[in-house]
Amino acid sequence: MKEPNKLLSALTSQVGRKLLTGITGVLLVLFVISHLSGNLALLRSDSAPFNQYTQTLHSFGMLLIIVEIGLGLLILLHAYLGIAIMLRKRAARKQGYDVVASKGGPSRQSLSSRTMAVTGIILLIFLVIHIVQMRFGPNISQGYSTIINGQEVRDLHRLVLEVFSNIWWVAFYVGVMMMLGFHLRHGIWSALQSLAAMKPRYSTAIYSVAFLLAVLLAVGFLILPIWIYINHRGATV
Amino acid sequence: MSDTLMTIHLKVWRQDAPTQPGKFVQYTVPGVNPHMSFLEMFDLLNEQLSAKGEIPVEFDNDCREGICGSCSMVINGMPHGPQRGTAACQLHMRHFKDGDHVVVEPWRAAAFPMIRDLVVDRTSLDRIIAAGGYISTNTGAPPDANSLPVSKDDSDRAFDYAACIGCGACVAACPNASASLFTAAKIGHLALLPQGAPERKRRVINMVEQMEKEGFGDCSNHGECEAACPKEISISAIAMMRREYVKAVVGG
Repeated sequence: MKEPNKLLSALTSQVGRKLLTGITGVLLVLFVISHLSGNLALLRSDSAPFNQYTQTLHSFGMLLIIVEIGLGLLILLHAYLGIAIMLRKRAARKQGYDVVASKGGPSRQSLSSRTMAVTGIILLIFLVIHIVQMRFGPNISQGYSTIINGQEVRDLHRLVLEVFSNIWWVAFYVGVMMMLGFHLRHGIWSALQSLAAMKPRYSTAIYSVAFLLAVLLAVGFLILPIWIYINHRGATV
Repeated sequence: MSDTLMTIHLKVWRQDAPTQPGKFVQYTVPGVNPHMSFLEMFDLLNEQLSAKGEIPVEFDNDCREGICGSCSMVINGMPHGPQRGTAACQLHMRHFKDGDHVVVEPWRAAAFPMIRDLVVDRTSLDRIIAAGGYISTNTGAPPDANSLPVSKDDSDRAFDYAACIGCGACVAACPNASASLFTAAKIGHLALLPQGAPERKRRVINMVEQMEKEGFGDCSNHGECEAACPKEISISAIAMMRREYVKAVVGG
């Protein structure tokens, strides 16, 4: 067998697919953590810290675009692997059971683990909406501008406030962030188990850490639209 | 413990042939002794069916002491029934109550084709073993005792994985019908012992490839296999299989 073929068949094998899902998943969790830490600037009533943060990101220019494209590819690969696993699962059990029950004990089967494909697809659709709305939303040319350090920059803070002064957008974002929590509840545990870094005696601890991280990230994100709705409703529109 | 006889209401999957559609049939089994195993309750049902001139329910069984891996019944949605760490043959009727309703289904997986009633064809597992679950050993005079040092930790773990009886409950329990725990138990068992060293790399690659070819699903780390395993084999075996796989690919 030729070397490149060997590596490709290894990456596309059941074990390879699972490892790639885990690696891309961990990288996406790291992105989600950094995204949340930046967005926490929205908790300030002043618009400057958040606009300062987005301006700093954009000052990286080409580097930012490369990272964005990399993130996009990560998400597409992760989604492709997840959908492939779901399709294969359907083929692997054509006739289902009349009764399905978990035997408990060491089982990590839960609503979260059984709905990974559904929550994943919802998150993918959300991402498209979110990027169109925020990344490619109104810019300086549409009057969304502010002055940071004597320089005219995009006033993303104003856009965020406008979006979250609409109760329907708040409900949508809160709902999707709950889906993110469900996805990460099984996802973080599963990625760590896939990357084979644990002994059975750490399993419960890692499962609990995954739960904690999933709740923290989901609550951290969903509190932002609610906070903005309560504090800024009617202030900007 | 009471020896009062119980009546059990069964809903059993009946299918005459792979090509014919199957259906659930309800049976009421009176006279069930709480000391009977689940399989003995099926013997009683089959005697009652035979006496009425009906065709008995086919089910796989052999040793009836939890070591052969023949029994293959999903009982109330759980492979081998609700009790952990036992095969269906060791599940006693005292775990059920008089008048209980119990649903009994065969293992469901595309890689386990239907044969009849509760009997499915599990030779796909044999083909995974044939792809690499063996060792090469020289014939001739036996080697000196203790000439192959194995640490206590390794031998204990190897034994835990070697306890797999190949029943396929892991596949039946897995929401994805994955055979990862079965395959990983064999890979882990042999990778931990010096006897398994010569074929270590090609074993993991070939067995993982065969698992895919047989049409088993991907592992999603649900961990339901470990809960269903009559030998309680840990999913740490699957983590080890992944490590072995990476070592085999990266190390050429």
